[in-house]
Amino acid sequence: MNPLAVLLTLSSVLFALGLFAVLTRRNAILVLVGIELMLNAANLNFIGFWRFGPPDPQLTGPMFVLFGIAIAAAEAAVGLAIILMVFRHTRSTNLNSSDSLHG
Amino acid sequence: MADALQPHLPALLWWIPLLPLLAAAAIAFLPDARGRLASKLALGALGVSCILALLAANCTLSPSGEGAFRLATATTWFTFGESALKVGVLLDPMSAAMIAMVTFVALWIFIYSTAYMAEEKRFGRFFGFLSLFCGAMLMVLLANSLLLLFIAWELVGLASYLLIGFYFEKPSAAAAAQKAFITTRVGDMAFFLGMIWLYRQTGTLLFYDGGNGLLESGALASLAGTTTIGGLTVSAAAALLLLVGAMGKSGQVPLHTWLPDAMEGPTPVSALIHAATMVAAALFMVARTHPIFSNGGDLTIPLTATAWVGGITALYAACVAVAQYDFKRILAYSTISQLGFMMVALGTGGVGAAMFHLIAHAFFKALLFLSAGSVIHGCHGEQDIRNMGGLSKPLRRTFLAYAIGMMALSGFPFLFSGFWSKEAILHSAQIWPGGMGPFALAVAAALLTAFYMTRQALLVFFGKPRQPGVEHPHESPAVMLVPLYVLAAGAVLLSLIATPFWPWFEKWLHGEVAHFHGGALGEHGAVGLLILSLVLVSVGVGLGWLLYRRVSNDSRARDPLSGKLGPVWGFLERAMGFDALYQKCIIGPLAVLASLIDALELGILVPIMAAGESVLKAFGRLTGASDERGINAGFDGACRGLKRRAADASHSQSGRIQAYLRTIGLGITALLLLYFCL
Repeated sequence: MNPLAVLLTLSSVLFALGLFAVLTRRNAILVLVGIELMLNAANLNFIGFWRFGPPDPQLTGPMFVLFGIAIAAAEAAVGLAIILMVFRHTRSTNLNSSDSLHG
Repeated sequence: MADALQPHLPALLWWIPLLPLLAAAAIAFLPDARGRLASKLALGALGVSCILALLAANCTLSPSGEGAFRLATATTWFTFGESALKVGVLLDPMSAAMIAMVTFVALWIFIYSTAYMAEEKRFGRFFGFLSLFCGAMLMVLLANSLLLLFIAWELVGLASYLLIGFYFEKPSAAAAAQKAFITTRVGDMAFFLGMIWLYRQTGTLLFYDGGNGLLESGALASLAGTTTIGGLTVSAAAALLLLVGAMGKSGQVPLHTWLPDAMEGPTPVSALIHAATMVAAALFMVARTHPIFSNGGDLTIPLTATAWVGGITALYAACVAVAQYDFKRILAYSTISQLGFMMVALGTGGVGAAMFHLIAHAFFKALLFLSAGSVIHGCHGEQDIRNMGGLSKPLRRTFLAYAIGMMALSGFPFLFSGFWSKEAILHSAQIWPGGMGPFALAVAAALLTAFYMTRQALLVFFGKPRQPGVEHPHESPAVMLVPLYVLAAGAVLLSLIATPFWPWFEKWLHGEVAHFHGGALGEHGAVGLLILSLVLVSVGVGLGWLLYRRVSNDSRARDPLSGKLGPVWGFLERAMGFDALYQKCIIGPLAVLASLIDALELGILVPIMAAGESVLKAFGRLTGASDERGINAGFDGACRGLKRRAADASHSQSGRIQAYLRTIGLGITALLLLYFCL
């Protein structure tokens, strides 16, 4: 296996783990952690394709990743704030207790 | 001054009628308690109007050399299809003289009213109506379109209805208001028909429109060139219809019966109706549309009709006035008679004479009514001249003003405007080529005028008080006396501008310069006419003096003339039975018809309707039940079922975000599988 294939397999595993966490965890904070995992799996792909692809003196891949990290940070801040407000409202971080939109 | 004003004149003219109308609108929103404010508003608006009117009249004074001054504007009011209806204002010496007179006389009547109506609880409303009356009248005078004139004309009718019925709690006042409104409506209907006819023939209702107006040669030729029923030209037929309209408004026989009854209104209203507004509107309308009347010579059918109607009215009303006992009613009949004079002048071509008599009459008749009001006010509401007498001493100031008005109306020679205006009318009737009929009628009426005015003056002011109620009358306050003297001054001074020696007024109307003309008396038998006038006045006054100088001190004594005239007296006292005739011939049959229709309705229509009603009700109940049980129940059932299904379906919306995500994931997976495998 060449290095790129190893990297892509790793990022796929990371993404799948993240998605699994998002879909199954009941704790909202752990769902947020899952989302971070998925974002970083995507970042890993950017770096990998840049490093092993055709030479690119303009550093497109690292730039994308930097933006991705910044967005992830912002998203974590906003997501935690939302979770905090939800917690104040329902006294729980269990996602199943926030179902007031049910039919 | 006049030149600087010229460019703003059209806008300024609109404000003359608008100001009183706006004041009336504002007063309509004032509570009754703010009556004083209302009267100030009305007076202020009319005062400004008066100044504007005088400024406008000033602009028409200087003769331009090419006929009379004339300013006509036209703006499109609205369009329908191809044709546009235009309205505008028109200023010429005739309307200028009239607006100046109306605003001036009305202003003094307003001032008088502030004292006369002071005790009235609907004081403010009275001034609102007065403002509306004046504004509408000014619109009549300034209209450059027969349509606008008609609208304002109807507003004048409305205001007169409101004012005659001002004491509407009194059944007689309410009846008089309705009578005035309905009788004038008969004339207005004819006016309206005539207007429509003119529009159909010429396609315009503007008086002057740079050659395309109704009163200009093109339209007049078209009117004269088309004949209709009985060989009449359209212009003659339309003019006759307009004449009927004017007869209704100005109380000409046989549409005069409302005018004496209009005395039910407060006295200042009578003064307005008889002098400045209402009846003057009718005369002005005929004078304004005179080119249509005289379309085709000096002897057209409408002109002849006008002259004869005027002559008959003048004599009729003068006869009736001889046998009346109500102070104001005598004056009312004298107004009808004087309006007849003006009609004679219009019919015989003396438009200038008619306008001058109209203006002079406005001054002295307003004066007479206001002094009558002052006398009635002083005698605590007494109006019957049989109960008065000897008032010249306690009411000396009122008597002085009354005497000036009375002498002007009777045509006392030389000093009074009434003498010269009557002289001009008689002159115009005398030289009329259509016969001496109207002239003879007018001469007889002039004689009787002097007679009945002498009778009234002697019965009211001389002799001894015949009733205890009038022994101690009180003189009116200065605010009521000042208007009397102003109007009296007008009645005298106006004679300066229209004598045969210096016929300034007549020349002004035609846009010519007046020159002093000392030899005027030598022409057209003018000396003979002057002598005739003198004889008429002296015979009338002399007869009155002989009959009434020593009248009995008993208020129930018979009138000295009634013994001499026998049954004729009673006939005259009942105003020649016009009211009774209308009662018998029009109101009676209509009442019978009404009760017949009433009986028909109660006896036949009502049972049929009741039967129909019950059938419909039964049918309604039936359809109601079927609706309730069939259609409604079906719909309700369906709706309930739908609601249940919807509730079941909504359970799939769990509200849990991860369940939604899983479903989305499953969906995407399924779509991808479909895409790649098929």
